[in-house]
Amino acid sequence: MSDYRIEGQTGDWEVVIGLEIHAQVISNAKLFSSAPTAFGAAANTQVSLVDAAMPGMLPVINGECVRQAVRTGLALGAEINLYSVFDRKNYFYPDLPPGYQISQFSQPIVGAGKVEIDLESGETVEIGVTRLHLEMDAGKSIHDMRPDATFVDLNRSGVALMEIVSEPDIRSPEEAGAYVRKIRSIVRYIGSCDGNMEEGSLRCDVNVSVRKPGEPLGTRCEIKNVNSVRFVMKALEYESERQVEILEDGGEIAQEPRLFDANQGVTRPMRSKEEAHDYRYFPDPDLLPLKLDADWVEELRVALPELPDAKKHRFMDEFGLGADDAGVLISEKETAEYFEQVAAGRDAKLAANWVTGELFGALNTAGLEISASPVSAEKLGGLVDRVADKTLSRRIAKEVFEIMFESGQDADAIIEERGLKQVSDSGAIDAVVDQIIADNPNKVAEYKGGKDKLIGWFVGQMMKASQGKANPQMANEAMKKKLDG
Amino acid sequence: MSALTDLTIAGARAALEKRECSARELAEAHIAAAEAARHLNAFVAETFDLALGQADASDKRLAAGEGGLLEGMPLAIKDLYCTKGVHSAACSHILDGFKPPYESTVTANLWREGAVMLGKANMDEFAMGSANVTSYYGNVINPWQREGDNKPLVPGGSSGGSAAAVAARIALAATGTDTGGSIRQPAAFCGLVGLKPTYGRCSRWGIIAFASSLDQAGPLTRSVEDAALMLQVMASYDAKDSTSVDVPVPDYAAALSGEVKGLRVGVPAEYRLDGMPEEIEALWRQGIDWYRDAGAEIVDISLPHTKYSLPTYYIVAPAECSSNLARYDGVRYGLREEDSDLTQMYERTRAKGFGAEVQRRIMIGTYVLSAGYYDAYYLKAQKLRTLIARDFQQAWEKVDVVLTPTAPSAAFAIGEKMDDPIAMYLNDVFTVPASMAGLPGISVPAGLSAEGLPLGLQLIGQPFDEARMLNAARFMEIAADFTARPAGASGGAA
Amino acid sequence: MAIDKATVLRIAKLARIEVADEATDGLADELNAIMAWVEQLSEVDTEGVEPMTSVVDITPPLRSDTVEAVAPRDDILANAPNAEDGFFVVPKVVE
Ligand SMILES: [Mg+2]
Ligand SMILES: [Zn+2]
Repeated sequence: MSDYRIEGQTGDWEVVIGLEIHAQVISNAKLFSSAPTAFGAAANTQVSLVDAAMPGMLPVINGECVRQAVRTGLALGAEINLYSVFDRKNYFYPDLPPGYQISQFSQPIVGAGKVEIDLESGETVEIGVTRLHLEMDAGKSIHDMRPDATFVDLNRSGVALMEIVSEPDIRSPEEAGAYVRKIRSIVRYIGSCDGNMEEGSLRCDVNVSVRKPGEPLGTRCEIKNVNSVRFVMKALEYESERQVEILEDGGEIAQEPRLFDANQGVTRPMRSKEEAHDYRYFPDPDLLPLKLDADWVEELRVALPELPDAKKHRFMDEFGLGADDAGVLISEKETAEYFEQVAAGRDAKLAANWVTGELFGALNTAGLEISASPVSAEKLGGLVDRVADKTLSRRIAKEVFEIMFESGQDADAIIEERGLKQVSDSGAIDAVVDQIIADNPNKVAEYKGGKDKLIGWFVGQMMKASQGKANPQMANEAMKKKLDG
Repeated sequence: MSALTDLTIAGARAALEKRECSARELAEAHIAAAEAARHLNAFVAETFDLALGQADASDKRLAAGEGGLLEGMPLAIKDLYCTKGVHSAACSHILDGFKPPYESTVTANLWREGAVMLGKANMDEFAMGSANVTSYYGNVINPWQREGDNKPLVPGGSSGGSAAAVAARIALAATGTDTGGSIRQPAAFCGLVGLKPTYGRCSRWGIIAFASSLDQAGPLTRSVEDAALMLQVMASYDAKDSTSVDVPVPDYAAALSGEVKGLRVGVPAEYRLDGMPEEIEALWRQGIDWYRDAGAEIVDISLPHTKYSLPTYYIVAPAECSSNLARYDGVRYGLREEDSDLTQMYERTRAKGFGAEVQRRIMIGTYVLSAGYYDAYYLKAQKLRTLIARDFQQAWEKVDVVLTPTAPSAAFAIGEKMDDPIAMYLNDVFTVPASMAGLPGISVPAGLSAEGLPLGLQLIGQPFDEARMLNAARFMEIAADFTARPAGASGGAA
Repeated sequence: MAIDKATVLRIAKLARIEVADEATDGLADELNAIMAWVEQLSEVDTEGVEPMTSVVDITPPLRSDTVEAVAPRDDILANAPNAEDGFFVVPKVVE
């Protein structure tokens, strides 16, 4: 359990957080219509008559969205409800054409589950998932096209969302961030959501309250639609401080929806949602209760790919990696796949070092995703081979990697072209040793006089003379032998 | 041959086949009749040019031997059906100017079989009413009149324009929709056959929703055979409607032997209401006798939750309508009362666009779904619905059809029952139970009231057993031999 | 359970229907009469009875995940009281 505390004048405060994550289902068509879901199309060009709630239009459930919700539920280790009900959540908003959102209220498709998150301290914390339900997205309201009007685009109207609701088990911004990353990792692993937070495929509603440790839950605020992990954490830091200040000043927390203003780093109340809602949920009479076949669910369970936690443990067991390296390598499915390809038939630890070290560093600097890496897993494997067989020294290998990253060439081609092969031939090394001893009689005398540390200087001279190609270990041994002998 | 407007669908098909008339002549005759009967206010949009174009196309297909089941049949289409590019407003001010870029499944089925659209029929606003007095386009006048009294009467509702059009011989048949009796009750008031199919039999796609769990499309016709022919075409499985049921559509007309020997006819004790007019009771007894005399087995049954059907309906239907009608917000279509404030725009648009009865039902529906009342009202009503349906399920173990009156009175005068919503709601007391249970029902004109107005008897059938119900109706049609016709009808009126 | 003036206004607000102040009393009376009439349902024991959402007892059809007809934008906007640049336009909403 996190010991994250906010220090106040009256003592320490504990932060209690629950998250609702809206994850857009990867599907060709919308949840209740056959209009496309692609991002970025011209306004109102991906709208069916159903999405625009034309009179007399009726919803029909997209089976793929049901399948993805079930797979996600299974990946969250959750109960799958073989009987679930679509309800109408009634409220008026210009980007909600029917005047109700079709969602699931009392009988969602997925029940309780849980996920494990890893913290920087090395601790693992379990966060409960209350439920997952399917619902349709609303359209988009654009407020800045004209000062006196709001423009409405219905392209997103009806896109399938999975709302994943956590238990209020989260106790710090770090845990919240780790939880979001974990959920994103899981949905991306199984391919039920692309997890793209910038495009809004994954958005968070953050519920937060503060209390003195051990006391009952305080009044919470909901920060709506936060669209990056960093913002989730920042919003939480700000909001929990704000609540503590109010409470310490003897005030009360208003239970209200708020928005996070990323520019100012503050949260503020949402004016449009001021009025108390009464959503009048009731089962949608246009849709019959959804009944799933237990065997079908079982088939989906069996067909699920290896999930992040399982992969992490396998990397630790199979490859002997530490929890931190394994944790980093499995966080993205693409990274894990890349690593496994590099590690196949090679020293896994060495492979892990190259992936988490040089590769991550270079990708990070270049601002690239691993899927866009100029060095393929196969090519990085080739480089690791040359390190393992001592063709390259670590230093030269880093140079080769840089060239690979620039040019996309093979390690071997670069080594060949530039003559970078490590010199491991003892005859050649001995010749250099002799040359350096002959050229530096004073240093040799100092060494023999007891200045052992000069060995490093001698090896350095050797590397210089060989343009870094001498095998450093062999150079060290040969030089020592000659000087001591 | 009688006047073209006096034909049934079956008769008109035969006339076209024998080249006794063309589809164009048939359309022209009905257009002329419609023009002569405009005072009835049966149509809210006339589509005569469209009708003539369709009729010409029908004549071509007939000449090529490619005529469909309803080739050339001029119909009135209830304004609740979305018809592509044509006025479709549910007779509400809030849908002012709305022309859908799509065609409802049921009307598409009709056009595919060659039917011709004369116009959009008047109706109660959003199908909420039993007298066709809530239409934004004004009330409809029943072509029937009391003997010696020319006070205008209501045609019943909500499919009042459809009923008046067929009764007045300005359409061969019409489509209606029935949520709690909106086909059967106006059929009874206008001396017609009105059929509400099993829920799920006709697609609801493209029909403007009132109460989704109850709405069903169906025909209003001047004969049982015509009802069978219309249903044959209107009914289909539709993948675009999740409540559409995928069962084959039988040849309904082929089942009309009129033979009822051995048919088990249920007579529910609970339909004998206190204060029911004696002539309705008498007609019901008469109906029972017809069946008994023809060798049917009369079985006394009990449907104990009958009296709760109407109050249950007045929770369920308003609840669904309060949500279904939320889309009329002035944003994407229809009326909009401009305002610089969004909420004001919504509130003013909806206050102006919806009539009093629609507003009343939206308010009731909003109330019964709101926090703190859901369990006491909405959930309770859904449980009652289970009990009402269960009553029928138990009855089906003993009977094949149930026979009841259709309405507790004959057509009443415009202005009567208007200030008491509940008195108006009671019109549907006999039709609502079958609606709540999703069962098919048909009203057949069976006699005249003391004042010379038509009275109907209702048959309720088992789910998707329209064929047997239609055959029982066909028997009653023969037995009743209802030949009276309204004074206000065109053509060879008496 | 009487529906008072405040309740009428609350319901009207939820339903987004403007109600003139002078109309609220009349509306309250009408709604009360209807609610009093449906109140008779409370005399039925519904303990343990399953609520019915639909009379249709089938599993809903699941659609295949294929993109079909998208309505042309002109069709989507054709009936709009106010549209501009391919958008529906409404009075300014402040978030
Ligand atoms: Mg939320
Ligand atoms: Zn949601």
